[in-house]
Amino acid sequence: MIDYIIYKAILVIIVFSITLVAAMYSTYAERKIAGFIQDRLGPNRAGPFGILQPVADGVKMFMKEEMIPDVSNKFLFILGPSLAMFTALMTGAVIPWGTSLTIAGHQYSLQVADVNIGILYLLGVTSVGVYGIMIGGWASNNKFALLGALRASSQMISYEVGLGLSIIALIMTTGTLSIGEIAAQQHGWHWNILYQPLGFLIFIICAFAETNRAPFDLPECESELVGGYHTEYSSMKLGFYLFAEYTNMFISSAILATLYFGGYNMPFLGRFVHDPNMLALLGTFFLFCKICFFIFVFMWVRWTLPRFRYDQLMNLGWKGLIPLAILNIAITGIVMWITGKIN
Amino acid sequence: MQPLTNRSKVVSNKEMTFWERIYLPAILGGMMITLGHFFRKKVTFQYPEEKRPFAPVYRGRHVLKRDENGAERCVACGLCAVACPAEAVIITAAERKPGEEKLYREEKYAAVFELDYLRCIFCGDCEEVCPKEAIFLTDRLVPADSLRQRFVYGKDLLVEPMEASKRIDISKRQTKEVLEFKKNKELQHNRLK
Repeated sequence: MIDYIIYKAILVIIVFSITLVAAMYSTYAERKIAGFIQDRLGPNRAGPFGILQPVADGVKMFMKEEMIPDVSNKFLFILGPSLAMFTALMTGAVIPWGTSLTIAGHQYSLQVADVNIGILYLLGVTSVGVYGIMIGGWASNNKFALLGALRASSQMISYEVGLGLSIIALIMTTGTLSIGEIAAQQHGWHWNILYQPLGFLIFIICAFAETNRAPFDLPECESELVGGYHTEYSSMKLGFYLFAEYTNMFISSAILATLYFGGYNMPFLGRFVHDPNMLALLGTFFLFCKICFFIFVFMWVRWTLPRFRYDQLMNLGWKGLIPLAILNIAITGIVMWITGKIN
Repeated sequence: MQPLTNRSKVVSNKEMTFWERIYLPAILGGMMITLGHFFRKKVTFQYPEEKRPFAPVYRGRHVLKRDENGAERCVACGLCAVACPAEAVIITAAERKPGEEKLYREEKYAAVFELDYLRCIFCGDCEEVCPKEAIFLTDRLVPADSLRQRFVYGKDLLVEPMEASKRIDISKRQTKEVLEFKKNKELQHNRLK
């Protein structure tokens, strides 16, 4: 029993620190990619190629003066960023980061918790994530912050419908709610993207909206709302909000890779590597490659597309993606009925 | 109506086709453009280490040239002051005394030559109008300052040093076209009137 707790604790700490480091370096990657796309060089002064830039940013955030507005609700003001960060980090628990390692005859799964309703857990936790933004924006007692928070919450709630509906079609084909099992089913070439291309498209668009990334970054629309929900925030509380966004992006990429792009599976890998431990570690490596690719896509889209207008955003969500997701469910059902998977 | 240029575009409000309405192909096209920029050569100059080269005909801080013997070429004719659209040049003329032939090339010279860099627009008209090839714009910059008075440059800052090694090189501004223009100077200026 004590062994089990130690192993889980170590795994949790590893996942936790990897998520944090990945989010940290996402900020660096974002600036670098933004620079490259705009024919600039991006940060390149702190350390070789600017590799220490996130550290410098972090130190800056900690050293900045802490401002809490007099008219704000202090408790909620502090709760907001904490909740945003907390929920962003919680989702990492159900993602299968690899198969399992066999050390001294014991099998150690590389998934922190293989909850059998993992997908529901994911949807639930991301929904709670809205509260971090909502509470922060409301507690600031600032009209811009409140408007940003309202936009964020209505946007996230709207796109969660499309997200959930696109996942339903996926669940129909996989027949399980456990993320570990969904990842295991995609062995070899059986990646879900091949069975659910439309579902993947809906899912990735909704993921952009869920993480408040461009072209759906209306909650922090500078031209209209100053800083959006974090207008009144400064120092590390602001840092937490920004960090939560990048953590969300990392987790979203991980979910995208796991649900649709085979997770830790890589075709033909088994032919070259036979040691199961090595295979598991390589699987984790390939999962991270996929995650990095999706993070790049997130940034690539951000620096390509302009921001949506709010009514366009709602139109796309309710009149475009939700009917499309329902259609996808219908098509999936019909195809499954024809091929005899259900009767 | 007769179009003024052939660049006008006919605007049509035709219905978008289905292909256009789903936007995704257009989005993918845009993403390909940004990806192209991602791999393009960067235009940044890493400033303190790497400085941007000046154009050969860059018009910066002025220099008052000396001739081969080190005598000032300027004869204080005042043409530059007249030509200056910003009225940045102030000249006080003086007569050369015997024994000053080493210092001034002709019998009249500028006792005071002041150039106000807060007025100067670096148009180069002074250089163009000068009949004695005395004033030139160079690729040197006028440094920033916190006092207005310091922007009025006197002869101490404008005249180039006597030593041959410290002379300011203006050969880059003497392109073939410029020399040709200077040759027909009177002709060109008469035509403008």
